[in-house]
Amino acid sequence: MPDPRSAASSGVEAEPSPAPRPAAEPLLRVENVVKRFPISRGIIFKRQIGQVHAVEGVSLEVPRGETLGLVGETGCGKSTLARCITRLYPLTSGRVVLDGTDISTLSRRQLRRHRRQMQMIFQDPYGSLNPRRRVGSIIGDPLAIHHVADGAGRKRQVQELMEVVGLNPEHYNRFPSEFSGGQRQRIGVARALALRPSLIVCDEPVSALDVSVQAQIINLLEDLQGEFGLTYLFIAHDLAVVEHVSDRVAVMYLGKIVEMAAVRDLFSSPRHPYTVALLSASMIADPDRARSTHRVVLAGDVPSPINPPSGCLFHTRCPKAQPICSVEAPALTVQAGDLAGHVTACHFPVAPGEQMRGAEAEVRQAAADFAAAPLGEAVEGAG
Amino acid sequence: MSLTPLETGLPPLEEASEVAELGSARAIEGRSPLWLALARLRTDRMAFLAAGAIILMALLAIFAPLISAATGHDPLNPNLLTGTNSFGQPLGPGQGGYILGTDNVGRDILVRIAYGARISLLVGVLSTVIASVAGTIIGVIAGYYGGWIDAVLARLMDTVLSFPYVLLAIVLASVYGPSLSLTIGVIAFFSWAAIGRIVRGQTLSLREKEYVEAARSLGAGNLRIMFVEILPNLVAPVIVLGTLLVPTAIVFEATLDYLGVGVGPPTPTWGNMLADAQGSGFQDWWFWIFPSLTLLITTLGFNLLGDSVRDALDPRTERIFAMRRKSGRGGADGADQEAEERLLGEAQPG
Ligand SMILES: Nc1ncnc2c1ncn2[C@@H]1O[C@H](COP(=O)(O)OP(=O)(O)OP(=O)(O)O)[C@@H](O)[C@H]1O
Ligand SMILES: [Mg+2]
Repeated sequence: MPDPRSAASSGVEAEPSPAPRPAAEPLLRVENVVKRFPISRGIIFKRQIGQVHAVEGVSLEVPRGETLGLVGETGCGKSTLARCITRLYPLTSGRVVLDGTDISTLSRRQLRRHRRQMQMIFQDPYGSLNPRRRVGSIIGDPLAIHHVADGAGRKRQVQELMEVVGLNPEHYNRFPSEFSGGQRQRIGVARALALRPSLIVCDEPVSALDVSVQAQIINLLEDLQGEFGLTYLFIAHDLAVVEHVSDRVAVMYLGKIVEMAAVRDLFSSPRHPYTVALLSASMIADPDRARSTHRVVLAGDVPSPINPPSGCLFHTRCPKAQPICSVEAPALTVQAGDLAGHVTACHFPVAPGEQMRGAEAEVRQAAADFAAAPLGEAVEGAG
Repeated sequence: MSLTPLETGLPPLEEASEVAELGSARAIEGRSPLWLALARLRTDRMAFLAAGAIILMALLAIFAPLISAATGHDPLNPNLLTGTNSFGQPLGPGQGGYILGTDNVGRDILVRIAYGARISLLVGVLSTVIASVAGTIIGVIAGYYGGWIDAVLARLMDTVLSFPYVLLAIVLASVYGPSLSLTIGVIAFFSWAAIGRIVRGQTLSLREKEYVEAARSLGAGNLRIMFVEILPNLVAPVIVLGTLLVPTAIVFEATLDYLGVGVGPPTPTWGNMLADAQGSGFQDWWFWIFPSLTLLITTLGFNLLGDSVRDALDPRTERIFAMRRKSGRGGADGADQEAEERLLGEAQPG
């Protein structure tokens, strides 16, 4: 039974209603998000000469209180997806539903109050803090922008926040340059926390930090999650970090999610060849697992997102690629024998226990074919 | 990117702040980049010398009425009785109680120079302030919004910069009659674009900073981003540019006066005095040398101070100005201007 008061005022005053939603409704639902950046030439008369396919139809859900890890090589569109979700970029198409509201089409003004629910932590603890402003006012920014508190009240709240994230509240008036990288990231965390959001999008929050400091920040984020019931979308390319923090993990390749599963599931029985390669590359560094893991070396470079391959985006580098892979894009579905939440987009998923034997050789061959292909075409074209 | 350039020449801040943590409330205040620049400036002898010269001129300007009262010499009224010798010729320095001598109608040159300092400093500072404010606002808007707004504003700045300004000043003065406010207006009008252009270039790089994106993700509007995030990063370069613009404005004003289209003739200004000296054929050296000297000292003072301030704010910008000196120009041709803006952009901390 909906609260009559909130129903009456919902048209005007749509403060996030505290009424509990059905358990099935995730806090964040991303549906088919596409983001393409036009590439244009010319200053006055712009002509579009192409586009970067940064995000190509991503769908995912993050239930309340959980952490979804998002991994992928550099340039695969993780940050772009994060910026689409936080509406820093307008979407090319698709929907972002936050707490039951589709925020992808809201105007800037309508969006403002939804921003309170959704904050972002940035990768670069140096670039994301204005060097000319005092940390007190940086952390107090969200409070000022949303008119939550002014003057002494704001200062008190900011100092509380500083304490929560492990900063000395007396350093309120210092400048970012007077802090170390880890401390700066704490400032970024405090800023993200100020409005008590429900969702925090963390875009590689620790990859710019020293290894020794990374653990501190990760522990802080985990503590805060427990304390404030936060939901995280956690982007990283360090699989160890993702394995540690995530409940579920999504693997991204060239703007698409190729596999998504509960963290255990994904790490113990990866199905997509790309995931297998990614895992093997990181586990080789882990002596406990190195023995049991066959190293899969991916050949070739990531294809350009300006001109993505046909069919399965991974087929140009895939050791298991077959003719159909370059024709038909596989759907992201539950593969035979997998648990319910485990989806993979692959025509020939790696069977549980299958070692991608000879993968290296095959990959090399595939790479050689790939390298030869354009040349061959060019020769044909000339002849 | 990792450290602000301000830190590079100073002892490591980290250590200093660890010590400060032991309790000094003063240190916990946090040292702003400007505070650090000031600390650096205090160790610069040239800056002291330059500031000394400027303060001297400021004192002259402030105490002009006192000097006039003490000597009993009026800056405006001709004084042919005691201010000239029996042949009706100006008195040399030291003669008849006139420290710097008199002009051809017997007025005390020292008193007139002191009053002239008022005009020079007033015009120099006021037109620079107006030009800086206008240039900053327009430059930020152009750089922040980009697109057609930028195209229009950038074209406007180019137009202003390439205008034959002396010609326009002469036309305006002959239409409206020479006056102080018109002079300030004309100078400000021709100076803002120089600042606007550099501010625009800076803004182009500042708006791409991650902290701007962070502010946007918090829900900050365009105005807030421009004023709270971008503007504080422009203070340093605008201070430098402004300090270097003051002497240009002072010379500009003197030129207009000299040409008779600035502040009208009875008013004692350095440019008017030079024009008078020319009228008398430059025969009596004290007649023109003292106004020239004060003009030189003042402009030199501001230029040197500007250089020092710039170095104090950011040692890396030195390259830009070295480049500017080498190409020997006040304005800029396209390629140099671009390189300059790029350098200024990368010299920005953060
Ligand atoms: N503003 C933009 N304009 C044009 N292309 C862009 C823009 N932002 C990102 N791209 C392109 O979109 C693709 C995805 O970039 P994105 O920054 O999202 O990758 P990422 O996965 O976050 O990489 P990283 O791990 O390096 O942060 C890249 O090819 C990038 O060049
Ligand atoms: Mg990124």
